Amino acid sequence: MQLYLNGEAQEFNVTTVAELVASLQLTGKRIAVERNEQIVPRSRHAETALEEFDRIEIVHAIGGG
Amino acid sequence: MTSVQAPAASVDQSLQIAGRTFQSRLLVGTGKYKDFAETGAAIQASGAEIVTFAVRRANIGQDADAPNLLDVVSPDRYTLLPNTAGCYNARDAVRTCQLARELLDGHSLVKLEVLGDESTLYPNVVETLKSARELIDDGFDVMVYTSDDPIVAAELESMGACAVMPLGSLIGSGHGILNPYNLGLIVENARVPVLVDAGIGTASDAALAMEMGCAGVLMNSAIAHARQPVLMAQAMRKAIEAGREAFLAGRMPRKLQGEASSPNEGRIQA
Repeated sequence: MQLYLNGEAQEFNVTTVAELVASLQLTGKRIAVERNEQIVPRSRHAETALEEFDRIEIVHAIGGG
Repeated sequence: MTSVQAPAASVDQSLQIAGRTFQSRLLVGTGKYKDFAETGAAIQASGAEIVTFAVRRANIGQDADAPNLLDVVSPDRYTLLPNTAGCYNARDAVRTCQLARELLDGHSLVKLEVLGDESTLYPNVVETLKSARELIDDGFDVMVYTSDDPIVAAELESMGACAVMPLGSLIGSGHGILNPYNLGLIVENARVPVLVDAGIGTASDAALAMEMGCAGVLMNSAIAHARQPVLMAQAMRKAIEAGREAFLAGRMPRKLQGEASSPNEGRIQA
């Protein structure tokens, strides 16, 4: 299905947030996920299904002041 | 200039923010360092206990094993302060804080900054007030970057901000404290900690903020852009401590005329 990941349209063969995170090799990393502007808590990655054209944001911590 | 009376006790009280206690009154950022090793060394030399960082989109498809900032600045060792740097409206700032809370497993302390434009990075006070209210209602402990307007500072405090953080001068400008009179008014009226959050250029700027009775100072560029960041981090630690002690000690009155330190009696005279 097509997803907008961090603002870019991309094709993925996944059904849940957990599968998406795994496909990006980010499982276990310090990240946070938002689906259509709603936080998806880490504990719910596995049960949160994705739908075509979902807007997904995956963020992490970087240096800043 | 308004002067704030220091507490009578000769032993200083710790800095308290949102129910937590800190020995260091220097808060540092993590941006602009040449690498994580320098970031870590500078933070250690600064003695800071509260360390701020930014939240950004992860670099998808890049080296998944690349070191992460939070490996260097461990949440076990430091009180992490996610910030909303780069947000220009309340909506983005609130989303960023919510993402940060998820990133840090429910951590509620955040630094709110909502900017007005890209050339000055001056705070957008309207959006700042709006997002502060939303975040406080949502259970966040909000330290708010704001202008040096005493009325806005009081408004943020009455709204429930856990710290008010006026700029000394523009972010990254290194111009120091340009309006000490306004800063003095803010400190005098506040019942929450007031921290200078932008514009510090060198150690004397930090010392001045502390001498004026500020509860602390937050800085990034002044350390990271020094020729020797680790040495400057150490200088800043000392400046914060010296400024705080000078505030507690209470400075001598200014006089218009000279007054000799040595006694006049017993001078040899022709």
